[in-house]
Amino acid sequence: MKTIYLDHAATTPVHPRVLEKMLPYFRDQYGNPSSVYRLGREAKKAVEDAREKVAQLIGAEPREIVFTSGGTEADNIALQGVARANRDRGRHIITSAVEHHAVLHTAEALEKEGFSVTYLPVDKYGRISIADLEAAIGKDTILISIMYANNEVGTVQPIREIGRLAREHGIIFHTDAVQAVGYLPIDVNRDNIDLLTLSGHKLYGPKGIGALYLRRGTRIAPLMGGGAQERKWRPGTENVPGIVGLGEAAVLAGENMEERAAKLRRLRDMLIDGVLERIDHVRVNGHPEERLPGNAHFAFEFIEGESLLLNLDLEGIAASSGSACTSGSLEPSHVLLAMGMPHEIAHGSLRLTLGEDNTEEDIERVLEVLPPIVQKLRDMSPLYKKSL
Amino acid sequence: MYSEKVMEYFMNPKNIGEIENPDGVGEVGNPRCGDIMRITIKVEDDRITDVKFKTFGCVAAIATSSMITEMAIGKTIEEALQLTNKAVAEALDGLPPAKMHCSNLAADALHAAIKDYQERVGASQ
Repeated sequence: MKTIYLDHAATTPVHPRVLEKMLPYFRDQYGNPSSVYRLGREAKKAVEDAREKVAQLIGAEPREIVFTSGGTEADNIALQGVARANRDRGRHIITSAVEHHAVLHTAEALEKEGFSVTYLPVDKYGRISIADLEAAIGKDTILISIMYANNEVGTVQPIREIGRLAREHGIIFHTDAVQAVGYLPIDVNRDNIDLLTLSGHKLYGPKGIGALYLRRGTRIAPLMGGGAQERKWRPGTENVPGIVGLGEAAVLAGENMEERAAKLRRLRDMLIDGVLERIDHVRVNGHPEERLPGNAHFAFEFIEGESLLLNLDLEGIAASSGSACTSGSLEPSHVLLAMGMPHEIAHGSLRLTLGEDNTEEDIERVLEVLPPIVQKLRDMSPLYKKSL
Repeated sequence: MYSEKVMEYFMNPKNIGEIENPDGVGEVGNPRCGDIMRITIKVEDDRITDVKFKTFGCVAAIATSSMITEMAIGKTIEEALQLTNKAVAEALDGLPPAKMHCSNLAADALHAAIKDYQERVGASQ
């Protein structure tokens, strides 16, 4: 059975062109970029080439790019590094209730270190309000960290306005753009972004590599000591194949971005319209317009997400859910709850995230198998008939 | 993560539905946690002759619901009261640790239905 992969927000396959560029750096070009001989110099050049490519994708200068092990590490460096380096200026951080756990859990840990954190609420679409942000800013505020686009429901935040406000108040602005890079045109200068997190494996690059954009002059402290790599922001021998892979993925992401996004939007709308046509008592979550091109997020009433996922899996369809069972905790997704969704509905959520390889046939297949699965689970559900 | 037996019961659950004019009804769980089980039973001469379930919940919740219906049918009330959530999980070749608590309520639902039956019988005597 053919796998229909609809979980691109979780991870993407490595693009063949990316893999091809990476392969020599495992065996033939294995030098340490810190070494002075030819092998080392060549590895160093590969790293610097990749840095330029990543910088170009987001309108940065190459020296402002720090390679990390991925998005989570970049978020940790941004939050912990800025908080500790600016402790003397203030102890207040503003973030949102719908951030990825890499930001949320780091913010919670900083609270234990004596920082105070405001978690901005969101509206039913998952967007923060600029008025709320403005009201939260105080003399003591040193950092604002708001994600570019949400990993669950795909809602894009008003980044440019946040950046403008942060700049006006002289507050450092970090954005976790892991889901947005490569799908939306990003320019760190246009948006007044000081720190930006991106990850390789969300844009057809390899896992285990990411980057933190670090605006020149931003006050920040490194988390680790060790070596002079990455200008001491991230010591440790560079993951050369990973960095080369991320560089090539950045080039790919920059090519025909609008064209690729348009294709995703078309398939996504076909999927959403098709589901609404065929299934009742279903909600489409996230913002109707301000959303990632490939994200479709539903909540099916009366049923639970894990049961839905496993049934889809048996049909070869890979998807994800915000139900408690799949989040690994007893609570359903914090994002859906922050959007005001009742627990029982959040348990019935389904996220389908499209990618470059998806076709109309894939969508047709989903629309064929999803309705009977939902019906089968509803027929089993004690909530179903009571509510009708 | 789930045993083959869990998946088998999840994909082909037995005794789904609700018995008309049941002798006992039991419902446990709550929508917050994402698991609700509703069990209806038919009792003749102190023996459970039929059990049906309706469940809102994950794979484990559905599989354990189906399993308890099979285990309970044909048992006397006293025997059915001896069935435990743990026995249901064992009959399914085990459940993942995270599921032992939240989605393993099938015996509780059965016992609630038996309690309801006993109260009805007591009230009519």
